[in-house]
Amino acid sequence: MEIMNALALLSNYLVVPALAYGSQLALGALGVTLVYGILRFSNFAHGELMAFGTMAVILMTWFLQAQGISFGALPTELLALPVGILATVVLALGTDRVVYRFHRSKKSQPVIFLIASLAVMFFYSGLTRFIIGTADRNMGDDGARFIFTAREFKEWSGLDEGIALRTTQGITVVVTLVCVVALFWFLNRTRAGKSMRAYSDNEDLALLSGVNPERVVLIAWILAAALATVAGTMYGLDKTFKPFIYLQLLLPIFASAIVGGLGSPVGAVAGGFVIAFSEITVTFAYKRVLTYIMPGDNVPDGLVQLLSTEYKFAVSFVILVVVLLVRPTGIFKGQSV
Amino acid sequence: MSFLLGKDMTGGYGAADILHACTIGVERGEIAVVVGPNGAGKSTAMKAVFGMLELRSGQVTMDGEDITSLSPQARVQKGMGFVPQTNNVFRSMSVEENLEMGAFIRTDDPSGTMAQVFDLFPILKQKRNQPAGELSGGQRQQVAVGRALMTQPKVLMLDEPTAGVSPIVMDELFDRIIEIARSGIAILMVEQNAKQALNIADKGYVLAQGANLYTDTGEALLNDPDVRKAFLGG
Repeated sequence: MEIMNALALLSNYLVVPALAYGSQLALGALGVTLVYGILRFSNFAHGELMAFGTMAVILMTWFLQAQGISFGALPTELLALPVGILATVVLALGTDRVVYRFHRSKKSQPVIFLIASLAVMFFYSGLTRFIIGTADRNMGDDGARFIFTAREFKEWSGLDEGIALRTTQGITVVVTLVCVVALFWFLNRTRAGKSMRAYSDNEDLALLSGVNPERVVLIAWILAAALATVAGTMYGLDKTFKPFIYLQLLLPIFASAIVGGLGSPVGAVAGGFVIAFSEITVTFAYKRVLTYIMPGDNVPDGLVQLLSTEYKFAVSFVILVVVLLVRPTGIFKGQSV
Repeated sequence: MSFLLGKDMTGGYGAADILHACTIGVERGEIAVVVGPNGAGKSTAMKAVFGMLELRSGQVTMDGEDITSLSPQARVQKGMGFVPQTNNVFRSMSVEENLEMGAFIRTDDPSGTMAQVFDLFPILKQKRNQPAGELSGGQRQQVAVGRALMTQPKVLMLDEPTAGVSPIVMDELFDRIIEIARSGIAILMVEQNAKQALNIADKGYVLAQGANLYTDTGEALLNDPDVRKAFLGG
């Protein structure tokens, strides 16, 4: 029983949050990796693109709520998601038209693209703050809060420790699963998807095969913008929307993409979960878990926390550095950086 | 006039010309081989015919039509297939997907052509679901040739198809190339293994410093004492 309580405690505070966080990182990293695979540069504006997409979803949600429209037990944000995606796609394609296409026609070095994306990042962040401000915005304030609560779990299982599953966490995992399956189906089964993989693999040969580069780039931006909006909205639903957070998210997202192997979609998903679980296991306080499983009445003195939560971004940094030193192509052999 | 002809081609990558009034061509159903020492401009001549090099003068014609100003992609549409020397497969994609990508520009059902390619290279059928990057050098060349055949080209251009493969695999590849030529496709290839390549060639071009030195049938070149002494090691 003690061990079951310890497991329940771990699930509630470690596994469930890490699954949700890992899903959000995976969605973000997929967008980064797609842009890297097709346009061959690290898009630093991706975090702010997520912020913009989330903002669009919030604005649409407010509009829907003002009209008295809701989505039953689910948060209204899910209804607003398609509109948010559309707005973000328009922004991404507009940016490509104004900024990146010029550099493509000049065949600029990847580092030029990267610096341009930095400028785009500042532009996006200004745009988002200009429209919605810098304050916290609560998301997911309608619909059911929990799929099951800690108390319901306790009554059902008879344990002292409960596991709660918030609606937003459940939605995050399910939506990620749907997105990933759909994306992999697209990349592996459709003509357009295969042409994207071919272009990413060997640009010259893809051109010889008659793949239209502008079309491939167009699809890449549409997918990246859609994934960014979904990732941002899921993160906002799970926690809260604050424009600044999305800038901070850029590091774990890039760490995920690089750890998995830049350019490899499977790697992005795996990397997302590796980073999420590492961050949370390293910053988790194990005191109560140990209290359950240590024999007798021994109770650890401290919190038994390896790193305080303020340092969670350091974890992504450390993993990133180790991967770049030991295996620069990442777990799934993407392109080396 | 040859079916495919690059006539008096002059040009290079920068200011300096690499090709000097170089002429190469091939007939339908025949094999033409371009040989010569390193740096003779063999691959460059090939790229010029395929439109990957800006020509200062000269012209490229196919079936009597002037295609000098067409892009490589447009030439593929016209019925040219090109197998580059390196990076000639999609490494992360399966053999079958490589062939599918070869047929990307086709609007009809390419499965018949794929069956023909599998007949020509039975090993590819066995490994159809394996990523091309995991295959041996010889098998990868087969994928590369197969990919080019998927467009049902009238001309197949091969840039050193036997580079880096063992002699046994080389013979095997040459046999397949003869088979492809028999089906009516014109084959223009650049080869390092000059002797073996001239052996199967209907026509041979010996280039040196970007210009034609000798042009004759493969057999005649093999028997020419000057060519033997200078290029074929006696």
